Amino acid sequence: MIYSEQKPWEEIESYLRRDEKLFVLGCGGCAAASGSGGEDQVEELSEKLVENGWQVTGTRVIEFLCNKGLVGMRLARVSDRIEKADAILGACCGIGVQAVGKLVEKQVHPANDTVSMGHFHGAWPSEETCERCGECLLEYTGGLCPLTVCTKGLLNGACGGSHDGECEVEPGRPCGWELIYGRLKDIDRLDLLATYNEPKAREKYQFAPEMEKRKSLFWAIEAGEGGENG
Amino acid sequence: MAKFRDKIGSGKFVITCEAGPPKGTDIDKTLEELDEIGYLVDAFNVTDQQSSVMRLGSLAVSHRIQDLGYEAIYQLTCRDRNRIALQSDLLSAEILGLKNVLALTGDFTTMGDHPHAKPVFDLDSPQLLDVICQLNSGIDMEGNELKGSTDLFPGAAVNPGADPVEPQVFKAKMKAERGARFFQTQAIYEPEILKSFLSELRDEGVEVPVLVGILPLKSPGMARFMNENIAGAFVPDRVIEGLEKADDLVEESLNVCAWVIRETSDCCQGVHLMPMGWEEHVPELLDKSRLF
Repeated sequence: MIYSEQKPWEEIESYLRRDEKLFVLGCGGCAAASGSGGEDQVEELSEKLVENGWQVTGTRVIEFLCNKGLVGMRLARVSDRIEKADAILGACCGIGVQAVGKLVEKQVHPANDTVSMGHFHGAWPSEETCERCGECLLEYTGGLCPLTVCTKGLLNGACGGSHDGECEVEPGRPCGWELIYGRLKDIDRLDLLATYNEPKAREKYQFAPEMEKRKSLFWAIEAGEGGENG
Repeated sequence: MAKFRDKIGSGKFVITCEAGPPKGTDIDKTLEELDEIGYLVDAFNVTDQQSSVMRLGSLAVSHRIQDLGYEAIYQLTCRDRNRIALQSDLLSAEILGLKNVLALTGDFTTMGDHPHAKPVFDLDSPQLLDVICQLNSGIDMEGNELKGSTDLFPGAAVNPGADPVEPQVFKAKMKAERGARFFQTQAIYEPEILKSFLSELRDEGVEVPVLVGILPLKSPGMARFMNENIAGAFVPDRVIEGLEKADDLVEESLNVCAWVIRETSDCCQGVHLMPMGWEEHVPELLDKSRLF
């Protein structure tokens, strides 16, 4: 899940030449889930462009613009309308903008800013978070990730900066380690609070994904089409 | 020479005083103020970008304080340095003749005057204590042998006023297990809170010497602000009322601190003073505490 938000209209407008013909492309994956690239937003964007004097040659929402194999097939069905456009306005994350840019030899304007998820891991009604650290500590922390529920990502207990259960960083933000403490208490495993967690192997955040281990249908389509990650 | 360590080790009562590096390079006034009360303290505890406000560094100021003939406790936080920088600075501290280091997590970056800075927190305070012990034993975090080890006396902070306090007891025990040889507390105004915390620590088998944190209240407003905003701070109403009614605010404030020092002298092995601008009143405070 990658979270994106629509840019201010003035900024989008500033990208466009007055005579530019545009094809508006949304992403039915993360951007739709973020409320920034689904059917509704693509329609709104398109209407706004027309209202402001631009010509829109067509619109489309494709699931997962990051998946070039899929996108290639879908775009082929509207190739005539893309041909008529000077550029594409992409209501999607930065990955989608780059991926579409590789498939279509036209400029792709980003309509969205890809923002930090704040460790938010999905648009489904859930608050569970994961930093993808490769060294899961959930066993010791009552199923709450210390890297994400603690603002400082501390692995060995609260920093002492919380006040009335709130993190020092901002009002209303709970102290992650108090949540962990509460959970461990609830499940009668306070003994786990005594676990010393070694420093993280941070290089695991930096490595390129080992694609062989992450094969999926989407991966197969992508690898078959582009071959660059295979 | 490692007076602070020796004195703590021998069970004697110690007095440390916080020293805040200036915002800028004009260090002379700071050093002069410390020099005036230096004869009263066993070590100056030099803060590391306190409250995330960018200042002159604790390493350099600790060194300058030792040049004056006093011992320093070099504070080191995890906020601004990754594990490479932390270890390197600890090696640097050793060759600059520093003897003591206080391992802290550090306030979050957005609390200070550079809110746009990248917070690091590569390590946390128990991990940093562990690293200090490793460097003392002649190896770095990755097990590489050092050409010359450190000999630093590690300390840590504890927060007896936290609510709930149980996680803080766990954390203090973990810090002790990771090598903390002394603790200093947050500011205390209610001795019973500290006594109860220490009793829990002792029950857990933690025998690390504790220095009670003493921060004179400058006004009733400051006391109320602390109650509302500062983690683990608890100023009882009777103390605030006393300050409000006092003819001489300074004297009343010092009386409160002196009382806390006296009340905790049987369970603590020292005092950590945080005068924060009231350095000139330190002699009077210690006099009132009847420590000499």
